[in-house]
Amino acid sequence: MNPASSTVRRAPHRRRSSDQVPLVVYAVLGVMVVLSVFPLYWMFVVATTDSATATSLPPHVLPGGNFFYLAGLVFDTVPFVQALLNSVVVATSIGVGQALLCALAGFAFAKLSFRGRNTLFLIVVLTMTVPAQLSVVPQYLIMSRLNWVDTLQALIVPGLVSAFGIFWMRQHIVGTIDDDLMNAARVDGATTWQIFWRIAFPLVRPAALVLGLFGFVNAWNDFLWPFIVLKSPERYTVQIAIKALQNNRDIDLGLAMSGSFLATLPLLVLFVFIGRRLVQGIMEGAFKG
Amino acid sequence: MLSPAAAPKATARPTRNRRIQQGLRERLAPYVYVAPFFLLFFVFGLFPLLFTFYVALFDWDPIGERRYVGLANFAELVDDPRFWGALRNTFSIWVLSTVPQLLLALGVAHMLNHVRLRAATLFRMSMLVPYVTSVAATTIVFAQLFDRDYGMLNWFLGLLGFPHVDFTASVWGSHIMIAVMVAWRWTGYNTLLYLASLQTVPRELFEAAAVDGANGWNQFRHITIPALRPIIVFTVVTSTIGGLQIFTEPLLANPVGGLTCGAARQCQTLTLFLYEQAFGRFHFGYGAAVGVALFVMVVIVAAINYLLVTRIRSERP
Repeated sequence: MNPASSTVRRAPHRRRSSDQVPLVVYAVLGVMVVLSVFPLYWMFVVATTDSATATSLPPHVLPGGNFFYLAGLVFDTVPFVQALLNSVVVATSIGVGQALLCALAGFAFAKLSFRGRNTLFLIVVLTMTVPAQLSVVPQYLIMSRLNWVDTLQALIVPGLVSAFGIFWMRQHIVGTIDDDLMNAARVDGATTWQIFWRIAFPLVRPAALVLGLFGFVNAWNDFLWPFIVLKSPERYTVQIAIKALQNNRDIDLGLAMSGSFLATLPLLVLFVFIGRRLVQGIMEGAFKG
Repeated sequence: MLSPAAAPKATARPTRNRRIQQGLRERLAPYVYVAPFFLLFFVFGLFPLLFTFYVALFDWDPIGERRYVGLANFAELVDDPRFWGALRNTFSIWVLSTVPQLLLALGVAHMLNHVRLRAATLFRMSMLVPYVTSVAATTIVFAQLFDRDYGMLNWFLGLLGFPHVDFTASVWGSHIMIAVMVAWRWTGYNTLLYLASLQTVPRELFEAAAVDGANGWNQFRHITIPALRPIIVFTVVTSTIGGLQIFTEPLLANPVGGLTCGAARQCQTLTLFLYEQAFGRFHFGYGAAVGVALFVMVVIVAAINYLLVTRIRSERP
């Protein structure tokens, strides 16, 4: 029997059966979806019930009607509106800053020739591996020397540009911008800045947007550094405000949960619109911890 | 393009000056474009890193004096059971979170890679929901789910006839609880990384394997795993370096435990220990010494990973 012909004969039949997704795959993926979403749902449940219901066993799994009462309590306990505003300012500045500054530096590394380019880019790549957290003590000393302790710029300025972002933008610019296009623009008298701003940046805007979104999400969720530098409640970001609510845990179990929910809600709403882009970004290599 | 010869004589000087100025600006442009990163990196990245080594040599009180003590902080650190305890906790939480998380991510990525999978976007997006949820919010929810008296998990255990577990009070309980939080946050993220890498494997490979009678498990073992080896190494490295930085979970999971994560320091991680020393007790020098220890560990981890990678490559070509 000729093995080749038998393979050919069997292939269509086999392929069809292997293409069908077994039910168990849907079952497992379904469980994963439930596990991913359930803690958030539970956060909402506890954030809407009084403490007696929240602590009853078996647990009540349906939301109650206490959402506005608890939310009001959150706003009374800490300056939460201010905290939301602070988080928006910090996360937006970092998102926009990263999108623009990383694109600019990535453009220089991808398309401009200058002395020391390779060495400088090597430094950028090397710095990606060193976690910043281990030097928080000197970072704090620097901030107090700059008189930046308890200010939002202590959170914003160090995050405005990142090594990873430069690396990411450079990759995209190398793959997207055609050298001939740049040379043609130069012949027409365009300056380097004009080439960046009018030609390169518009072409890589989707990649810059993904980078900015990751910057936004990470800045919104950052905890340790804001926890160190922010002192007064009017400066808190939402994450630090949650921590402050937790200190009042004895008053009401739902209080910290309600704060957590309110702090997460803006990102969840945002996620409905940008989630697809974030998924795409990660799958294209936007892996930043 | 303008050429110098084409310019009229009368305006030659100003044009030339402007051209020189323009040329200089063009020449400097690349440096200006990369300057923000290097400026910020030197001020807030490299300098603090080097300065950590310097601060660690002092008895450094943020309000009062600072006194040079040489290597005394390191000598104290080596003899400090709190430091070794924190190291043990960090390592244990890292293993408990990383191993199940990466295995799960591998399996789920394999499933998400089915050609005919319906609602693929929905599955992928829900995988990423934990990633956009803040660590602080995550910790507060999970702390409630793991609560000794009213937690849903203990309710389940009770249904199955087990006694309630006081997760925050015990070493293993608190480690498992924190590991679950970490794994919840990162499993979907790593799944997407694996999936992306899997999609670069030619479909024909899986089809050919199926034709040859390889079932899902065999395809997973002989195609998926080898194809993903580089990205697996990458995720192990990132999760290790991330594991050394775990801070928010132990701080918020046990609110009565304070900066030590409980009276017995049962879940105090290295970064939390650093914070406690530097910002809770204002021993900046000692805190910086913990920072140096963390740095050494990052270097060791990187070296071990490098050795493992090269060994895997040479063993299985």
